[in-house]
Amino acid sequence: MPQATDLRKMFNIQPDPEAALVALAGNPNTGKSTIFNALTGLRQHTGNWPGKTVLQARGTFIFRGHKYILVDLPGTYSLLANSAEEIVARNFLCFARPDATVVVADATCLERNLNLVLQVMEITSRVIVCVNLMDEARRKNIFIDTECLARELGVPVVATAARSGQGVAELKAGIDDLVRGRIVPTPRRLVYDPEIEDALARVEQQIPGEIKELFNARWLAMRILDNDRSTLDNIRQYLEPAEWGVLHERFKYCPT
Amino acid sequence: MNQRNGVSCMSGLNTAPPEASTGAAGENCPLEIRDRIVRTIYREAEAIAARAVRRDRPCGSWEDKVDDLLTSRLLGFPLMFLLLGAAFWVTLVGANYPSQLLAKALFWGEGRLAELLTWLGAPSWLHGLLVTGVYRTVAWVVAVMLPPMAIFFTVFALLEDLGYLPRVAFNIDPLFKMAGTQGKQALTMSMGFGCNAAGVMACRIIESPREKLIAMLTNVFVPCNGRFPTLIALASISAGPAAGPFAATFTVAGLVLVGMLVTLLASWLLSRTILRGEPATFILELPPLRPPQPVRVLVHSLLDRTLFVLARAVTVAAPAGALIWLLAGTSLEGQSLLARGAGLLDPLGRAMGMDGFILLAFILGLPANEIVLPILLMGYLSTGTLVEVESLAALQNILVGEHGWTWLTALCTMLFSLLHFPCGTTLLVIHRETGSIKWAVLGALIPLAAGCLACLAVARAVRALGLL
Repeated sequence: MPQATDLRKMFNIQPDPEAALVALAGNPNTGKSTIFNALTGLRQHTGNWPGKTVLQARGTFIFRGHKYILVDLPGTYSLLANSAEEIVARNFLCFARPDATVVVADATCLERNLNLVLQVMEITSRVIVCVNLMDEARRKNIFIDTECLARELGVPVVATAARSGQGVAELKAGIDDLVRGRIVPTPRRLVYDPEIEDALARVEQQIPGEIKELFNARWLAMRILDNDRSTLDNIRQYLEPAEWGVLHERFKYCPT
Repeated sequence: MNQRNGVSCMSGLNTAPPEASTGAAGENCPLEIRDRIVRTIYREAEAIAARAVRRDRPCGSWEDKVDDLLTSRLLGFPLMFLLLGAAFWVTLVGANYPSQLLAKALFWGEGRLAELLTWLGAPSWLHGLLVTGVYRTVAWVVAVMLPPMAIFFTVFALLEDLGYLPRVAFNIDPLFKMAGTQGKQALTMSMGFGCNAAGVMACRIIESPREKLIAMLTNVFVPCNGRFPTLIALASISAGPAAGPFAATFTVAGLVLVGMLVTLLASWLLSRTILRGEPATFILELPPLRPPQPVRVLVHSLLDRTLFVLARAVTVAAPAGALIWLLAGTSLEGQSLLARGAGLLDPLGRAMGMDGFILLAFILGLPANEIVLPILLMGYLSTGTLVEVESLAALQNILVGEHGWTWLTALCTMLFSLLHFPCGTTLLVIHRETGSIKWAVLGALIPLAAGCLACLAVARAVRALGLL
């Protein structure tokens, strides 16, 4: 099975043992690029995601003497459908396994943005939510209780108004705390209906141990249950796990 | 670039089937699971937001109120047709006078061109080809098409700039869902009003291959820019000068409605026959309603649309004019090739409520729908070239007075214009986007079949009921 650094290389990320890898996810039009610019300043490179005509922006920043590589994922509403953007974003989270993932959310319509937050939290627990456009929300008389939100989600939440630079320092501090392990998030777990939960438990048990170590087993079980061929094919393609054959044989068809 | 526009938060379901279903066993089961997964995610997001977000004056702004009205279940559709009808009415009323002026100017130009050619000592065949063939066709296309296009596109662009089109898509989305396809098709359909080729290209936004194909194959059912002038001209003729612009407006709006209904029906049929599967759902972001910027809209609609479409029409019309002139001028056994072709098609044309010349015009108009009406007129005139049609009244004289058009003829011609094979460009785009000849051929055959059936049925019904 390929090493973590090799996997990151597949996403055009040059291995750097000193630097932590941070992904930037979010819905379109949430000011994600503004956050990206505010964090990295001029230290940016752009290119394409390997094999896709989707723009990839990478940048670096240094905070408290630590180096961070920031990767701007394509803006998506979800990670469930199969557009090129969503596949890129999902694969990066799954296989490049960033040390922290910032999910940028739009304060003026937080509810819709939370869908993506919840989906990202299913893949990785190292999530920090950045509620952006707080200034615009205030103008529209929308108030976000970030403490309550952090409690509900179980991950750190930072409020920003990136266009005026508000909250960017706090976001950097939050990322640093998350990467250094000073904060250990306990993401809210989505509870599905009993029938799905039953099936999930059954499938989870049957996933071979080697594969379980690589992914959130519950998330993977869900993809199997959902017969999400795009995800499963990509797992095989990127990881070539030895026990894949078992997994494939076992779950070739919808198990319910 | 990073500027974000205030988004009215419209939540729709956001899921897609794992892949376009190919009919494999058990496909329905994951889809149902996917729906349940998405439902759970949405429920949680809603619950969390309810606790963490406080809104003062929710839905208090005028924007929200207007939006509620535009997308309301009860008034959304009537408002949509009212706006569309208003756009047609303004076009019909406004286009008449400039059309006449343009025609006068252009036919004055014809006289000068003829003089120039005579002075140069050009042979008479060249004179005929250039003046009566190419120039007249082009002049006709410009005179008849330019004013309505300039007006209609500007009005349409105003609605677009206002942010109205996504609301249209929002209104139509449930209908497409019922037809077994995706709401994004409402967006590509709206693009089709501009240009079917652009509409087909816009189908790239639809991820599922099955729904993408359905959207591509049915895009042609909404009239594009090339056909609007034809429809508008015929509508005002069939309504008669006495009826005024209102009757004509209703006719065109009604035809658009028919086109949309056929789109839905065809999508429904396709999704139950050759492209079977379940619809995916998507998020539609409604941009804020903005007051339109008149100058920008005017420049955009004139430069990007009017001139673009006109240039395309002229580049197609010029060689077509020459070809028609040749066809009309070449005789075989005492009859021109054009008349012979029309004679062959005549029985079929009559059965469909039209005649052979009309069918022939549609066939020869394959390169661009804009030239169907000019070709028809060329065919009708025994000289084989266009006469100076200075106004719609003169046009009416030729059609009704000399070639026995009835309201049934006009209706069937309009129906067939709405429902027939798309223009060559659109077919090429379908071929390029799907990478297969098969879909391009189907893209032509499906609407053609729909049009033939509709015209046959209407002609039959009208004759059987003795309405004529």
